[in-house]
Amino acid sequence: MAETQTAATAGAIGSSKGSDDIIQIHGMHKWYGDFHVLKDINLSVKAKERIVICGPSGSGKSTLIRCINRLEEHQKGDIYVNGIELTNDLKNIDLIRREVGMVFQHFNLFPHLTVLENCTLGPIWVRQTPKKEAEAIAMQYLERVKIPEQALKFPGQLSGGQQQRVAIARSLCMSPKIMLFDEPTSALDPEMIKEVLDTMIELADTGMTMLCVTHEMGFAKTVADRVIFMDGGEIIEQNEPHSFFDNPQHERTQLFLSQILAH
Amino acid sequence: MANTHNPDMTPGLVNAYEPGEHPDWPAPSSVKGPAHWIKTNLFGSVTNTLLTLLTIYLLYKIIPAMVDWMFIDAAYTGTSRKDCEAQASGACWAFIGTRLQLFIYGFYPEAERWRVNLTAILLVVALAPVLYDNVPHRGKALIFTVLYPLIAGVLLVGGIFGLEYVATDQFGGLMLNVIIGVTGIAFSLPIGICLALGRQSHLPVLRIVCVAFIEFIRGVPLITLLFVAAVMLSYFVPPGTNFDLLVRMLIMVTLFASGYMAEVIRGGLQAIPKGQYEAADSMGLKYWQSMRLIILPQALKIAIPGIVNTFIALYKDTTLVIVIGRLDILGIGRSSLADSKWQGLSTEVYVFVAIFFFISCFLMSRYSLYLEKKLHTGH
Repeated sequence: MAETQTAATAGAIGSSKGSDDIIQIHGMHKWYGDFHVLKDINLSVKAKERIVICGPSGSGKSTLIRCINRLEEHQKGDIYVNGIELTNDLKNIDLIRREVGMVFQHFNLFPHLTVLENCTLGPIWVRQTPKKEAEAIAMQYLERVKIPEQALKFPGQLSGGQQQRVAIARSLCMSPKIMLFDEPTSALDPEMIKEVLDTMIELADTGMTMLCVTHEMGFAKTVADRVIFMDGGEIIEQNEPHSFFDNPQHERTQLFLSQILAH
Repeated sequence: MANTHNPDMTPGLVNAYEPGEHPDWPAPSSVKGPAHWIKTNLFGSVTNTLLTLLTIYLLYKIIPAMVDWMFIDAAYTGTSRKDCEAQASGACWAFIGTRLQLFIYGFYPEAERWRVNLTAILLVVALAPVLYDNVPHRGKALIFTVLYPLIAGVLLVGGIFGLEYVATDQFGGLMLNVIIGVTGIAFSLPIGICLALGRQSHLPVLRIVCVAFIEFIRGVPLITLLFVAAVMLSYFVPPGTNFDLLVRMLIMVTLFASGYMAEVIRGGLQAIPKGQYEAADSMGLKYWQSMRLIILPQALKIAIPGIVNTFIALYKDTTLVIVIGRLDILGIGRSSLADSKWQGLSTEVYVFVAIFFFISCFLMSRYSLYLEKKLHTGH
């Protein structure tokens, strides 16, 4: 497995100008039928970079990060993740997915499995980790998200915030190189948002490459290296958080920020 | 229940304290216990009271007469209908009793019937690890389960290992119902799962084949398929091939149930939120892994009532083999009625057959409730 991966990586790097960017998107377009969701997206992400993507609803920000692990298919342009090109080749898709973790708005835990089983499923079946070892790793991550005592419960018995932390632990158990967050706090009650954000901040401190679609501007200010603003399927503006919030260049960015920071 | 008769609690005391003041006391009998249940559930309103009284009256009319006919005034021994009538005016169970072997084994040779019994015992052994997951050595036991159809076939038909050959047209009675029912149930579930997944496939050819098969099966009565199996199939296979009639019936019944099963399971699959597929995909699970580990366990759980419904319908449909000349338990019963010594005892026969089917189907339905409870994980 390691050999194929190195071979694929080497091959891909040659065609991607040998840069050290872990994600590269060039001239990417996506349509839903006639609807042009993503228009000419160009984005490079360095390893360990923390990016927050924001924008009004329907601006294509979720679709963008879902293209990175092929939950959505792009129709034009190219995407390289970890040096591997995303094409219809299932082998490449599998290679990329095992390096990219994803946390969803609605957690998407597996309700018929315990918290521990949720966390060990990927390592056991995708990475062929022995069960004992996978459980030890899972307990480590559950401790890191501060819910080891819930390991034997079912997701349905946990609160929303706890479920989302389990979902984060579940992704981390696969030891991904990149983590994608698709509005991880949008479905949570206000009092639970903090516990999830704290977990994400801690994760950011460990040097994980993170792409977060979120409306939590406080989080963006604290951890982001770069904030990207999208509208109408385009990247309108990107900048480091200070300049982005204090000195937005584009009119639409100013409007958006004034709307969400108004109260 | 017993604590409703607390000696300290006279009726007058019930209102002598504020609610919540004495959590240590049992609830007053006016809000708890059988008397309260009867009052609120059976005599809660005028309509309710009338319905309760009417039901009690009907039960009073039916139950004693039935018990009398079935048990108290029934004859259990005798060699002809006359013997029964001499003893009692109710049911003549002697008729069933003298023919019980026929009802169970059909025309299976008497000297070889131990093979049927052994097959039945092994069936229980084979089913145990499937039905209950705390069976010791479950993994090894499941290997036996997989081999069981072969073992059962060899035992029942024989012809090798020194077992005498028994042609399948000698199979009959209850044994025939169980063979067809269990085979249909065991094979229709996996085939149904494959058809349901095929129907959702992105591969157009596979999808069209599955849809066509399901719609064909659902559009044709089982009796027609059995006739086709009995009469027409011989036109399609090369001349001289002897394709056993029982095997043809097993295949038809299984395919028939699979078509229905596929739709029941599709219902379950559609109830699974898209997020479950996405979570499985984003982990890097392959298609069959995510189906087996994530999607199907949840979809099948949702579909349990429908699946068991299909099983029960299939099991009762096994009586249709009579149309192609095989005598199952119902067929044996009907043909027994022609015996001049026992003429006119059709009620006994049909009650007996009804009881047999009721017990089998009731057990299936109870098991499905147990399974649903066991799989409930609080979501």
